Amino acid sequence: MLEHLIPVLAGTLGAATPLIFAGLGELVAERTGVINLGVEGMMLIGAIAGFAAAADSGGGALAGLPAGAVAGMLAALVFAVLSLSMAANQAACGLALTIFGVGLSAFIGQHYVSFSLPGLQPLDIPGLVDIPVLGRILFHQDPVTYLGLITFAIVWWVLRKTRLGLVLKAVGEAPDAAHAIGYPVIAIRYGATLFGGAMAGVAGAYLSTVYTPLWVQNMVAGRGWIAIALVVFATWNPTRLLLGAWLFGGVTILQFHAQGLGIALPVQLLAALPYLATVVVLVLISRDKRLLQLNLPASLGKPWMP
Amino acid sequence: MSIPPPPFSGPPAGTPRLELSGITKRYPSVVANDGINLKVGPGEIHAVLGENGAGKSTLMKIIYGAVQADAGQIQWNGREVVVANPAEARRLGIGMVFQHFSLFETLSVVENIALALDEPFDLKALAVRVKEVSTRYGLPLDPDRLVHSLSVGERQRVEIVRCLLQQPQLLILDEPTSVLTPQAVQKLFETLRRLAAEGVSILYISHKLHEIQSLCHSATVMRGGKVTGTATPSRETPASLARMMIGRELPVCEVPAYTGIATPALTVHKLSLVPDDPFGTRLQDIELEVHRGEILGIAGISGNGQAELLAALSGETTGTPEAVKLVGLPVGHLDAGRRRKHGLAFVPEERLGRGAVPSMSLADNATLTAQRQGLVKKGFLRPKAAWEFAKACIDRFDVRCGGPGAAARSLSGGNLQKFIVGREIMQQPIAMVVAQPTWGVDVGAAAFLRQTLIDLSRQGVAILVISEELEELFEICDRIAVLAEGRLGPAVPKAETNAEKIGMQMSGLFAPADKEPAHAPA
Repeated sequence: MLEHLIPVLAGTLGAATPLIFAGLGELVAERTGVINLGVEGMMLIGAIAGFAAAADSGGGALAGLPAGAVAGMLAALVFAVLSLSMAANQAACGLALTIFGVGLSAFIGQHYVSFSLPGLQPLDIPGLVDIPVLGRILFHQDPVTYLGLITFAIVWWVLRKTRLGLVLKAVGEAPDAAHAIGYPVIAIRYGATLFGGAMAGVAGAYLSTVYTPLWVQNMVAGRGWIAIALVVFATWNPTRLLLGAWLFGGVTILQFHAQGLGIALPVQLLAALPYLATVVVLVLISRDKRLLQLNLPASLGKPWMP
Repeated sequence: MSIPPPPFSGPPAGTPRLELSGITKRYPSVVANDGINLKVGPGEIHAVLGENGAGKSTLMKIIYGAVQADAGQIQWNGREVVVANPAEARRLGIGMVFQHFSLFETLSVVENIALALDEPFDLKALAVRVKEVSTRYGLPLDPDRLVHSLSVGERQRVEIVRCLLQQPQLLILDEPTSVLTPQAVQKLFETLRRLAAEGVSILYISHKLHEIQSLCHSATVMRGGKVTGTATPSRETPASLARMMIGRELPVCEVPAYTGIATPALTVHKLSLVPDDPFGTRLQDIELEVHRGEILGIAGISGNGQAELLAALSGETTGTPEAVKLVGLPVGHLDAGRRRKHGLAFVPEERLGRGAVPSMSLADNATLTAQRQGLVKKGFLRPKAAWEFAKACIDRFDVRCGGPGAAARSLSGGNLQKFIVGREIMQQPIAMVVAQPTWGVDVGAAAFLRQTLIDLSRQGVAILVISEELEELFEICDRIAVLAEGRLGPAVPKAETNAEKIGMQMSGLFAPADKEPAHAPA
C-alpha cells in the first residue's frame, strides 16, 4: 500500500502547484473587490508565452516562468483597464479575457504543437529528503513547487501581518471609506489585479514547461476555473486555499493511480472526479451563509469610481 | 440641552485657523458651492447650518481634500494651501468625522485606526495608545473588538478617536448627533467643549438648531449653495436661525387630539426572529398593537432591529401566521403582496430600490404595488388605469415631476417620498407602516408629509412610524415605544414621556420610569 501511496502524495504537491499560484493571485485580487474570471485565459496566455520563451531561447523553465508571469500580467492589464479605469462589468470582462486567452494561445501554439521541453529535475532538499516516507513526499519536488509554497508563506504573511494586507482588505470591504481616508483605491486594485495576472501566468507556464513540458492546445483544462472556485471554497483565506489546492491535486493524482490502487471505475468517471469534488465542496461551503458573508469582500465585483 | 456654551476666549483679531474665500464648486446640474467665505479661529466651535442639499457636505469635502473646488482659496493658519487629498488634509492637521461612517465592518477597532495613520505599523503599541486617548477624552473603546459588533455610538467614538490620535488642529463633524441617543449627545458635547478649550477648532455641521445654540460659538448659515448669513447662535432664537436656513418661517404641523377608542388594527404578538445576515439584529418577543386612528412611533437608533422588524411587518420575512395580525386576521405567514391585498401599506426606508424601481416610470411603479386598485386584470396590465392612478397621486400630493411617465430616479428625494406615501394612501389601507418618513427630505416637504400622515390617521387608519428623529416622533405620534437591541419597550402616550426617558431606553435600559438605572450606559 505504502509504495502506492508515496507517489500519490508526492504527486499531489506538484498537481496542486498551479492551483496554488493561480488561486493566491485571484485571492489577492478578490480581497480588493476585483473578481477576475479571466484566470483560465491568463493561465493559457502564460502557458504559451512560457512555452515559447522556453523553447525559443533554449533556457527551459528558467526562461519560461518569468515570460509567463509577464504575459499573464499584460493580459490582466487589459482586464484592469476595462473593468477598473472604465468601470466595465467585471464578470463580462473576465469571461472575454478567458475566451481571448483560449483563442490566442491556440493560435500562437500552432507552431509548437508536439514540441517538447526538457522540464525540471526534482530538487532534493539535503538532509530532509532522507526522512523516511515524509522525505520522499515533501522534499523530492521540482523547484517551482517549493517556490509555490514560499509564495504562499509570503502572501499569508503580507495579508495577515502587514499594513499592506490590511489596506487590501479595507479596499475590498468598503472602497468609499478607503477613498475617504485617502487610499488610492483604483491604484491598489490595479496592483492586486496585475499580481493576480502574474501569478496566473506563472501557473500556466509551470504547466507547460515543468508539469507536462509539452505543448497541447487548451492544456490548462479548466484549472483556472478550479482556482476561482477554490478562492470561494477557501472563503478568501490563504491557508484554506492551500488545503483546497492539495485536496484537488490529490484527487487529480488519484485518478492516475486508481488502477494501481485496485479501484475499478470507468476512466471517464475518474477523469471527472476532480471537478465533481470541486462542485461538492462548493455546495457544502455555500450552505454556511454566515461563513461566506463574514469573509466575502463586501464590494466584490462592483465597479467603483472615485 | 440648554447649557450655554462657555465664553469664547479665542483671539478674534489673530490669524484664523482656517479661512475660505470665494470657494465655488459646480456640478453638471447644480452649483453646490457658490463663492463661500468662512472663517474659523483657534479653539472656536463654528456651526455650518443648512438644510439637506444646501452644500454643507460638499464644502466640508473640499476642506478635507476629498473634492477639489473649481475656484477660491483656502488659507490655513495664514498660509494659502491646496488640499489635494485627504492624506494631505491630515498632514495639515485637519480631521473629519463622517456622517456615514468611513469604517470597515470586518476589521477591528485598532485596525481601522491604523489604516488612517501615517506611522510605522505596530498594532500592539497602537492599541495601547487608543486605550489611553479614548479614556482621556471619556470615549471608552475596546481596541480589539470588530467594528460590526459595535453600536452606532461606539462607531462614532472610533472615528473621533482616530482623528484625535492625529492631533488635529481642526476637527470637522458632519451631522454627528443624528445617530446618537440624547444622553450620548451630551457626552459628545462635553468632549467637544474640552477639545475646543485645548485650542482645537471645530467645524460642526448640523441642521438641528437647539444643538447649535447650546454648543457653538458662531455659525455660518447656508442655503442653496450660498452663505445666507453669519450669526452668534446664543444671541439668536431658533425661529430667526430657521429663517436664515430655509428663507421663511419654520412650518408647524397641526395635530388634532386623538379621540378614538382603542380598536387594534395591526397587532404583533411574540415575534422573534433570527436574521440571516451575520451583521443583523435578533428580534426578541416583539409585542405591539396599533389602533385605528392613531400614530404609534418606534424610536431607536438604526441597527437595533429596525430593518428586521420592518421586513417582518412588510412580509419580506415571513413567520408564523399568528405573529402579525391585521384586524384579527393572521397574516404573519403571507408575503408582501398578499399582505398588501389585505390592506397593509408600507413605505420603506430606501425610496429607490425598495420603495420604487429607479429606472421605471411612476405609472409602472404604481402598478407594481397597487394590488387593490385593479391595475392588473386577469394577468394583463391596464396601462391607462395605471397612468390615471399615478396622475391622480401626483396631483393630490403635489409631486413635482415630469408626469406619470417620469422615471422614479429623476425625482428629488422629497418628491419621490410624496409619491410613494401618496401611492400607499390611495390604496385605502387599514394599516400603514412607514420607515423614516422624512429622511433626506427638505423642511417644506417634511412638514407636508407629517401633516399627511396625521390627517390619514385621523381618518381611521392605523399608522406605525419607525424613525430615528426623536423630534419628529414627538411631533406626530400619539404613543411612542423604543426598539433597542432587538427588544421593543412598552408604548407610552407621548404626554407621559420625554426625550430623556426615551434616550435611556434607547441604550437598552427598560427600567421603570421612576427608578434610576444602576449605572449610566456606556
